[in-house]
Amino acid sequence: MMKEPFIHTKDLCYSYSDENGLQQPVLRGITLDIAKGEYVAILGHNGSGKSTLAKLFNMILEPDSGELFVAGQDLTSPTLTEDDFYALRRQVGMVFQNPDNQLVATIVEDDVAFGPENLGVPSAEIRARVDAALATVGMTSYARHEPHRLSGGQKQRVAIAGILAMEPNCIILDEATAMLDPSGRKEVIETVEALNREKGITVLSITHYMNEAARADRVIVIDDGVVIMDGTPREVFADPARLLAAGLDVPQCTSLVHALRAEGVALEGDPVTVEECADLICRALEVI
Amino acid sequence: MKNIAFGQYYPAHSPLHAMDARMKVILSVLYIVAAFLCKNVLAFGALLVSAAVLLILSRIPARIVLRSLRPLFFIMLFTAVLNLFFATGTSVLVSFWRITIYVEGVYSAVFMLVRIIVLIFGTSIFLTYTTTPIALTDAIESLLSPLRLIRFPAHEFAMMMSIALRFIPTLMEETSKIMNAQKARGVDFSSGGLVKRAKALVPILIPLIVSSVRRADELAMAMECRCYRGGKGRTKMKVSHLRIGDFAALACMIAFGATLLYLNHRGIGYTM
Repeated sequence: MMKEPFIHTKDLCYSYSDENGLQQPVLRGITLDIAKGEYVAILGHNGSGKSTLAKLFNMILEPDSGELFVAGQDLTSPTLTEDDFYALRRQVGMVFQNPDNQLVATIVEDDVAFGPENLGVPSAEIRARVDAALATVGMTSYARHEPHRLSGGQKQRVAIAGILAMEPNCIILDEATAMLDPSGRKEVIETVEALNREKGITVLSITHYMNEAARADRVIVIDDGVVIMDGTPREVFADPARLLAAGLDVPQCTSLVHALRAEGVALEGDPVTVEECADLICRALEVI
Repeated sequence: MKNIAFGQYYPAHSPLHAMDARMKVILSVLYIVAAFLCKNVLAFGALLVSAAVLLILSRIPARIVLRSLRPLFFIMLFTAVLNLFFATGTSVLVSFWRITIYVEGVYSAVFMLVRIIVLIFGTSIFLTYTTTPIALTDAIESLLSPLRLIRFPAHEFAMMMSIALRFIPTLMEETSKIMNAQKARGVDFSSGGLVKRAKALVPILIPLIVSSVRRADELAMAMECRCYRGGKGRTKMKVSHLRIGDFAALACMIAFGATLLYLNHRGIGYTM
């Protein structure tokens, strides 16, 4: 039993009206509990509602019905004030897909300072927070640079630093690696994984890259507005047929193992990382 | 495309670079007033000397500042010619056909020319060459903040300016991407007359505007996620303080203005 879930939802529904004024349901009853300090990947194909879900978690969108508690705050309560919104957004930071469209200032350190400045933190403390946040994401030497001269991965790290400077409890990556090249993707994933391990920050990574999802503690698969699978990467990827039915792939190594098994090769276990897969195949070869 | 400079800021270590941007805005306004105070040869001479002093203080190569005069060359020429031919006076210099040029006309043409040159020199040294656009934006916000009493959105105004500055290089990059994409589809930007070329820009501008609107929407959401709620209760990481040097500069500027007024009364030659 999890104690004190950081995010709790029950039968959460959300719909938007399309051009013809018709209600289009996006989320049809999501029930989830996410504990403090978890590293969760949310998987789903385009239009599955995974990004919408993330926007509900920090009050960018408001749910139609159902329960939604984040950090002990009831987000469906009619008595929420604007101050409650900002208190929540300070705790739940969000990194978006396009690195260019989330950096506000013309100098890296000014951009990182943007969040704490909005919160009314005293100047000397902002300085300390900015320096600490830049050090955490390994961008200290770029503090005086202009954001448009950085690579995509570096920009996303600056965006993460901007959120860290607000001292959040949770970071949501809304397809934050989708526009990056492989090395940029690696930079960003390693940065958030370190934050999760070392600072105990809850990480929600919304993605459609299976290899990223495989590195999380837990994978939640959303299809057509409902949770269809929820478990460790090993459990989720053990059932490739259901993933394919949800319009998703399985990690390459998982599908390799499944293909080998179908050909009659005896392989034990369900590897999710390339290393595990390599080990497994080597062992199988030794047996032969 | 990536090397486009913001404004024309010229990085250097000089007393003018170190000065508080708010004071530089005030000083450049005063300097403009001073340029209009001048009425005779002595005063305009002092004005020219002051421009030279500013140039030396700023440690910016003269050729760089002179470059800022180029776009205004025709306005300067036009003003000088207009003053030369149309100013009337008492002593005729030359007279031919239906045109009479008076000595006063020559004086006022030269005076106007000096005034325009010094105005451009002074404001560009104070504001564009020695002040970063972001410092300038902050200074404008700070100077306009008393207007909040009459509901002038000083913070929002400054925020808009700084976001515009932030996105200039991003949009430049995007423009070149779109241009390349359209060239690959056979659009010709470099031939034909003015109308044809202007028409060729339409397939660039439309995608650019569409994507800018989308960017604005995403940026607004990202700003909201980072708890932006306007200027209310906002603090700043970098707080600039007015120092003794800034006030000394202000005192010098006022003394300079007083000197000009004095020189106006020591008139030799033509007085405007």
